Amino acid sequence: MLLSAALFIIGVIGVMVRRNIIIIFMSIELILNAVNINLVAFSAQLQNNVGQVFAIFVVAVAAAEAAVGLGIILAFYRNKETVNIDEMNLMKW
Amino acid sequence: MGQAIAFYTLAAFILGFAVLVVSTKDTVHSVLFLVLDFLFVAALYVLLGAPFLAAIQVLVYAGGIVVLYLFVVMLVNLKRPPEAHQDPHRRTKLGFGLAVAVLLELGAIATYGMTRTGSPLVVPGTNGPLPGNTEQVGWLLYTSYLIPFEIASMLLLVAMIGAIVLAKREL
Repeated sequence: MLLSAALFIIGVIGVMVRRNIIIIFMSIELILNAVNINLVAFSAQLQNNVGQVFAIFVVAVAAAEAAVGLGIILAFYRNKETVNIDEMNLMKW
Repeated sequence: MGQAIAFYTLAAFILGFAVLVVSTKDTVHSVLFLVLDFLFVAALYVLLGAPFLAAIQVLVYAGGIVVLYLFVVMLVNLKRPPEAHQDPHRRTKLGFGLAVAVLLELGAIATYGMTRTGSPLVVPGTNGPLPGNTEQVGWLLYTSYLIPFEIASMLLLVAMIGAIVLAKREL
């Protein structure tokens, strides 16, 4: 649990601190991995495989999220020539 | 005891690589550290008794998602200093060393598989507790969690189409 929490915190720090959106996406992957570790650890602790099934769903959703997110990054990069999130203010009012 | 040592070693590696992922300046290096992190997480899954999920982790994360990330990192060409091509022979030596290591490993696996008598694959009956982890997870996926499974497949399809539409140059 501590490992999972620590990995989660590193991921959150990565999201907060870095200004490169690709690294922010990788931090999100780290967060999802932390969740998966937690699920599998509980699954092993409780002798119940439902946690692993749920972790598989998390992996599927992470794959979908990565694909769509990277597509958005590519589209954005074509328009603005940057991956710095400080310059992403297109939808700011 | 050995299990605890293995767990703490893996945990240290996972945390260290995670720190490297978020702290490295070079994005390509960050992606490569991410691969190592995912592989160690897969090893942790094996330790926790989930070999099927470990295989999924290696295939989907370390194989698929990371390749996607690498493609995007290469496509959005960040202004990196051109540091390559100073010493091409160093890379060559490293490559040969790695190739020899992989060959030795394959040979070890092959001899191990030859010397061991092949255990016949037991086809499980439909009733009673299923033997392996993969069978149990698959059983759960296709009985109790059939509808979420199908919804996840739909989600993947929608994400695939969405990614293609987003990444197209012009609509």
